[in-house]
Amino acid sequence: MALLTTKGRTFEVSVVISNKAGVREPEGETILHDLVAKSGFEQVGSIRAGKYLRVTVIAADAQSAKRLVERMCNELRIFNPAAHSCEVSIGREPGQ
Amino acid sequence: MKVAVIRFPGSNCDLDMMAALKTIKGIEPVLVWHEDGSLGGRDYGAVILPGGFSFADRLRAGAIAANSPAMSQVKRLAGGGTPVLGVCNGFQILVEGGLLPGALLRNSTLKFVCDWTHVRVENTRTPFTSGLKEGQVLALPIAHGEGRFYLQPAQLSRLEKDGMVTFRYCDAAGKSSPGSNPTGTLHNIAGVSNKEGNVVGLMPHPERAAEVLMSTLGHSDGSLVLSSLLVTQKGRRQG
Repeated sequence: MALLTTKGRTFEVSVVISNKAGVREPEGETILHDLVAKSGFEQVGSIRAGKYLRVTVIAADAQSAKRLVERMCNELRIFNPAAHSCEVSIGREPGQ
Repeated sequence: MKVAVIRFPGSNCDLDMMAALKTIKGIEPVLVWHEDGSLGGRDYGAVILPGGFSFADRLRAGAIAANSPAMSQVKRLAGGGTPVLGVCNGFQILVEGGLLPGALLRNSTLKFVCDWTHVRVENTRTPFTSGLKEGQVLALPIAHGEGRFYLQPAQLSRLEKDGMVTFRYCDAAGKSSPGSNPTGTLHNIAGVSNKEGNVVGLMPHPERAAEVLMSTLGHSDGSLVLSSLLVTQKGRRQG
């Protein structure tokens, strides 16, 4: 586990990676067709599965924490821009 | 010709690839650990990224290996024109490393497909297809869960126009159709190259079809992909 030695506050940043609109997402389709729609939830129109990362970051403020995670996602290709969208958002501060 | 076969943690086709290359007179394969740093220091005629499950496919197949030390050297060699082949997970690593376009998504059936397929050679201007004929049909096996090639429509049209599709799934007669598409891959794409043609990735395993005994169909088509390296080398010398 990486040591968080940077000074500042701790923030929880959420990263959601999912297939872009127009890219078929068979896992969500299976959940919808083979479970949800067959179990009385006909109102559910679509389901898209994705990957969720919860990242703990030490930063001066929430926006800096978000920018750091966005840079990390872009530089390390945490998502593949050819097929994925990547949404980064600030969660709660741990302990709150 | 010395050919580097890069081994990552989780590679499991590296020794098969070494064995297949050893059957080809004129090719001397060398197994290279992804962290050993020797790739740039020796005179390799080609680099091969074998199949497997590098880093246990964590994050996404190929995504972590794409950032490994060997890959920065592979990128430098590829930029200088060295032939680079990625097979299965190796293809996924090349895509995730940005050496090849697109993405390899989960098969549309969500199933891991392990089967024999036919692929048609679409482009013979690469060092891994130079010994083949355009339209030639090869019998090669696949074994993967994430092989559905994807590119956005405009980029896909450009890929086709630029002749970067190298192999396409088809039937035994060479006809591509939804019925001969094992994974839902766009345009039945089984392999692509970069624009320069020296970097090629394909999902089927040529090393698993390099000897007649290995093939349920009784031929050794995979060997033709690997031995193309020597055809290209000979062409360069004569050119």
